[in-house]
Amino acid sequence: MITGKTTLLHYLSFSRPVAAHQPWPRFVLDEAAWRGLVAELAVEDWDVLGLWADGNEIHCALRDEETGEIAVASHSCTDRRFASLSQVRPGVLRLERAVADLYGLQAAGNPDGRPWLDHGRWGVTHPLALARRPPPPAPYAYSFLPVEGEGLHQIPVGPVHAGIIEPGHFRFHCAGETVVRLEERLGWVHRGLEGALIGKPVAQAAKLVGRVSGDSTVAYAIAFARAVEAASGAEAPARAHWLRALMAELERIANHIFDFGAICNDAAFALMLGECSVLREEILRICESCFGHRLMMDAVVPGGVACDLTAEGAALLQDMLARLRPRFEELVELYDNSPSLLDRTVGTGVCTPALARQFGATGFVGRASGRAVDARRLPGYPPYDQMELPVPVRQDGDVNARIWIRIEEIRASLDLIGRILSQMPPGPLHTPIPTRGGEGMALVEGFRGEILVWVRLSQVGRIVRCHPRDPSWFQWPLLEAAIEGNIVADFPLCNKSFNCSYAGVDL
Amino acid sequence: MSAALWQILQIALALALAPGLTGLVRWLKAVLQGRGGPSLLQPYRDLYRLLRKEPVVSEDSSWLFRLAPYGCFLAVLLAAAIVPTFTTHLTLVHAADLIALVALLGIARFLTALAGMDAGTAFGGLGASREMMIASLAEPAMLMVTFSLSLLAGSTLPANIVGFVLGGGIGLEVSMGLALAALTMVAIAETGRIPIDNPATHLELTMVHEAMVLEYSGRHLALMEATGMLRLWLFASLILCLFLPWGIALPGGGFLAILLGLVTYVVKLAGIAVALAVFETSIAKMRLFRVADFLGGALLLALLGTIFLYVSEAV
Repeated sequence: MITGKTTLLHYLSFSRPVAAHQPWPRFVLDEAAWRGLVAELAVEDWDVLGLWADGNEIHCALRDEETGEIAVASHSCTDRRFASLSQVRPGVLRLERAVADLYGLQAAGNPDGRPWLDHGRWGVTHPLALARRPPPPAPYAYSFLPVEGEGLHQIPVGPVHAGIIEPGHFRFHCAGETVVRLEERLGWVHRGLEGALIGKPVAQAAKLVGRVSGDSTVAYAIAFARAVEAASGAEAPARAHWLRALMAELERIANHIFDFGAICNDAAFALMLGECSVLREEILRICESCFGHRLMMDAVVPGGVACDLTAEGAALLQDMLARLRPRFEELVELYDNSPSLLDRTVGTGVCTPALARQFGATGFVGRASGRAVDARRLPGYPPYDQMELPVPVRQDGDVNARIWIRIEEIRASLDLIGRILSQMPPGPLHTPIPTRGGEGMALVEGFRGEILVWVRLSQVGRIVRCHPRDPSWFQWPLLEAAIEGNIVADFPLCNKSFNCSYAGVDL
Repeated sequence: MSAALWQILQIALALALAPGLTGLVRWLKAVLQGRGGPSLLQPYRDLYRLLRKEPVVSEDSSWLFRLAPYGCFLAVLLAAAIVPTFTTHLTLVHAADLIALVALLGIARFLTALAGMDAGTAFGGLGASREMMIASLAEPAMLMVTFSLSLLAGSTLPANIVGFVLGGGIGLEVSMGLALAALTMVAIAETGRIPIDNPATHLELTMVHEAMVLEYSGRHLALMEATGMLRLWLFASLILCLFLPWGIALPGGGFLAILLGLVTYVVKLAGIAVALAVFETSIAKMRLFRVADFLGGALLLALLGTIFLYVSEAV
């Protein structure tokens, strides 16, 4: 079956396509074709963009790195089992564990049979499966991967931390100060979002998806809106696209600036956090006066946007651009001229390009390790297709590289905002979503990386199934790899430079 | 008679000013970072609040855990009592010298490290091992500074060194400069300041001193916090007394001299707070294993100071 160089669509074209899946095709693979897909993945440069279940069906979103083709492969599980992709795409491992927890579909060949999201405290087992099961009598005992050797000791950290951050458990195996292995255990803030989405009207579902990860609310809202628009065949008006991009870039800048300060703060360089917090606060306040909400929650809705940018708002933004740029450049200079700070960031927490590629990392984690992927450019969506968009890439993969990617993205986004403000066309803001069934998928660049949302609508326009996939799924495992061989005291610095979302993967 | 009075005043001054010094440094750092900053009284309020709270003690801890805060506090307070701040006319000033001071600080550190490991938490052990690594490098440097100064002044008693410096016993001395640099570096390490440790961090994994006292609460925590504040005050006062003694009243000075000593002391202390705040704001914390280079440098400087003494004598 393995033929060497095949394109993704060519391979899938032998299977049955599904009508009404937009904008990319979906194919239903039989047992042999699914196994063949696993074999093809071992030799082809196809990225797995996501893996989720629906009833007894398993879906896998794929992208051909060479041709840029995107497609979804689906497979009906017999006996509630499917061939695992984790051996050829290790980034999928936790997605498969999550599918097993939520749907009870087992990935045959996945070496890790431990539950992921389900800690045994839900009151039900397989909550989204066609046949639910009663809960276990006691919470699951979780065994961390064993590490053997002389003089090793464990340090358990979290899920409750000394600072006010999201909950996650980190288990360090150390030899003295050196980390031999880090293992993450997440799932502490599982909210049952995917279950809550089922059966909701589109407008209500949009609000839920906008809260998957609060710091990326605009990107999630855009991704959901685009998926719904694709599924229902609606096209948002031109001005709405431009306003969405404006909000997305504002969100990106606010988050990147805060990360920049917070990473420096973890090296006890508190001055940077103070300065960056002021800049972020100014941006958030302007967002509030322009769009009515500091984080611009619910400003993007399926079919368009909920509020327009007034002339005063545009003037505020222009004014902010003029003030922000020089102040930000001063901070960049301060960073670049602080040897004590660079001593901490350069060479710390290296994630190799090979690993980033293997795990399909996107966003600043991927771009700092040589992956020039950006959903705004490929597959691209309006209005970015009408603008030149630089994609900064570095090869070092250390904390310093991830800081510089952020710095360059902030610069690029400031330019983009300026261009959006000058080129934004007038016009309506919203088109109604027609009430009809269908399936849609969208890929949107949030500040962390590519956010994927897949949605299936019923004939009456309600959500049958919606799956939001956070970019952090493919970044959390890389943090484990990046910290290896570093010292325990450098973990906060590495962790902050990845800044993965807990809520986004806990769902 | 008056020596006892001034001694009591000295101890009261240590207790009264130590939280204020910490508060001042915190406030200055906040201002430098563009924040409003907490009130100067906040450390006093924190200590008052903690003292009224019931301590929660782990079931797995021993008597050592409960004893350590008192032991640490008393050892550092005693050390604070023998450093002349506004006068050398003190009862205890002849009772203990700089070597005893190093020993008293060592006792406090030893107790803190044991207490950190006592409850058996991972962070306590982590902090204790880091603290001991730092101490094993800081103490030799501190002792070397002591030797350098005592060779110069002919005594290890702080009061005698003050008298020697004020009496015009030295001009511009290279050894004094090297010793000052070394003692400052040791002081930064011993008091857990940036770039060695970050007293304001919430990141458990990067903590040194804070990791050892993570398990403490209530009045135990108050005593541990007070010990930390006293230690900062002590090192600030030690640097002032050994290298900037001008203004300190010598025995036989009148009431006016004492008053002058008090005023100049408070001004000098505020100066140290400003210097510390500016330094801490302008630098990031160093990678843990760089601490060895840093303190090795301090030891080397102090050693050079001693060698220079012999060299200048030989010439």
